[in-house]
Amino acid sequence: MTSPSVPAAPTLTPALGRKLHPWPVRIMHWTNAMAMIVLIGSGWGIYDDSVIFHFIYFPQWARIGSWAAESLLWHFAAMWVLAINGFVYLTYGVFTGRLRERMLPIRISDVIHTVQDTLRFKIAHEDLTVYNAVQKLLYIVVIFAGISQVITGIAVWKPIQFSGLAEVLGGFQGARLLHFLGMAVITGFLIVHVALSLLVPSTLWAMLAGGPRLKTPKLEAAE
Amino acid sequence: MRSPNRPATPPDAAILDNHRAEIRMLERRGILRGTLSLGSLAMLTGCDISDDTSIGKALRAMSSFNDFVQAKIFDPNHLAPEYPASMVLKPPRFNAYYEIEKIRPIDGPNWTLAVSGLVNDKQAWTREKIATLPQREMIIRHICVEGWDYIGQWSGVPLRTFLEAVGADLNAKYVSFQTADDYPSSIDMATALHPQTLLATKYAGETLADPFGYPLRLRTSTKLGFKNPKWITAIEVSNTYMPGYWEKLGFNWQSGI
Repeated sequence: MTSPSVPAAPTLTPALGRKLHPWPVRIMHWTNAMAMIVLIGSGWGIYDDSVIFHFIYFPQWARIGSWAAESLLWHFAAMWVLAINGFVYLTYGVFTGRLRERMLPIRISDVIHTVQDTLRFKIAHEDLTVYNAVQKLLYIVVIFAGISQVITGIAVWKPIQFSGLAEVLGGFQGARLLHFLGMAVITGFLIVHVALSLLVPSTLWAMLAGGPRLKTPKLEAAE
Repeated sequence: MRSPNRPATPPDAAILDNHRAEIRMLERRGILRGTLSLGSLAMLTGCDISDDTSIGKALRAMSSFNDFVQAKIFDPNHLAPEYPASMVLKPPRFNAYYEIEKIRPIDGPNWTLAVSGLVNDKQAWTREKIATLPQREMIIRHICVEGWDYIGQWSGVPLRTFLEAVGADLNAKYVSFQTADDYPSSIDMATALHPQTLLATKYAGETLADPFGYPLRLRTSTKLGFKNPKWITAIEVSNTYMPGYWEKLGFNWQSGI
């Protein structure tokens, strides 16, 4: 960990003045969005064949695949897209420093502050290049939920070949429940994420066109 | 130049007006089909995946790729966890492509098991002859593709033992099954040779009951429930892929767990 007095930013931002969302990030974002939607919709189709909660049932219109066989085909095709794209994204994010630059530091006091502001309808979004604490928290949560889905998904898919993993996750049914809860977290994120991007359309446009150019770290730090 | 396909007398222009809705539908369909979008997901509405749309083909290609990956993941020496007898569900859970009332019990004394394909000995087997082979018991988890599971106690002849007894070519690719309830099925040789793949004749120490495949069914610990045909009447060893009942409808062939 670098100490606060040492400006670590220059090593993390090799290309100052680059766009907020470089093209690899945009491609991976939309690839991930498509994979996630297919996985959620097809997952609902698979789930309905044998529900975990008897009060939760997904209607046909919300499912992908007209019946379980089709939903399974979609699910086991899209899983590769999600896993490979996610792996490339995390590798890219770690090696370019983007993950650390975008998500950290995150302070609990900032989270509370942002929540209070939001409740007073003060959504500060005039500067897209700075993520507020709640944004950071949500992105971190959803990234971990995505990783968790891959791990619990492997346990649901191969509970015998990876019986050790399945056991750690509470057996086949435990892994299945965790896989369902991970979906719930991601779906919840998706609703908030899409709603906020529609509320502040410049963020949506930034994820398509790249967004504003980043300021130098010094200016960012001075704010 | 005037097309030779055009009628000599043009049709009444009112036809266009009368069929405007249908024409629009055709155009819309064309757009949907040609676009790889969420909208085109809706094109997959048939009951089976034998459709020739590009998406149907792509999904089946992915399923074949997943068969390949699963064969690589499969560890022939990895045993499925076994459980204490106190956890065994009695009777087991019934499942088939029809309701339990529709089962057709088999006349055990007159039943025979046919053997064909890449084997040295193609003589049919009776229950008594099968009982002379070494037996094994296993208490394993049954996992259905639908998502439910239970623990069952199965005993019978390891399929490997049986294949060796009939002099099967153990390098062949497939072991296929025919059943009395028209439920063809096939598995890969690696799974067939796994120590927890049995030709089961007993459940919880008792002779199999009619609904669960009497007198002989497959029970493998490393595949989903639907890969375990009941009421087996014929076994074939071959290099020719034969899709099972559910595979023909789009389910993945390996369906390993």
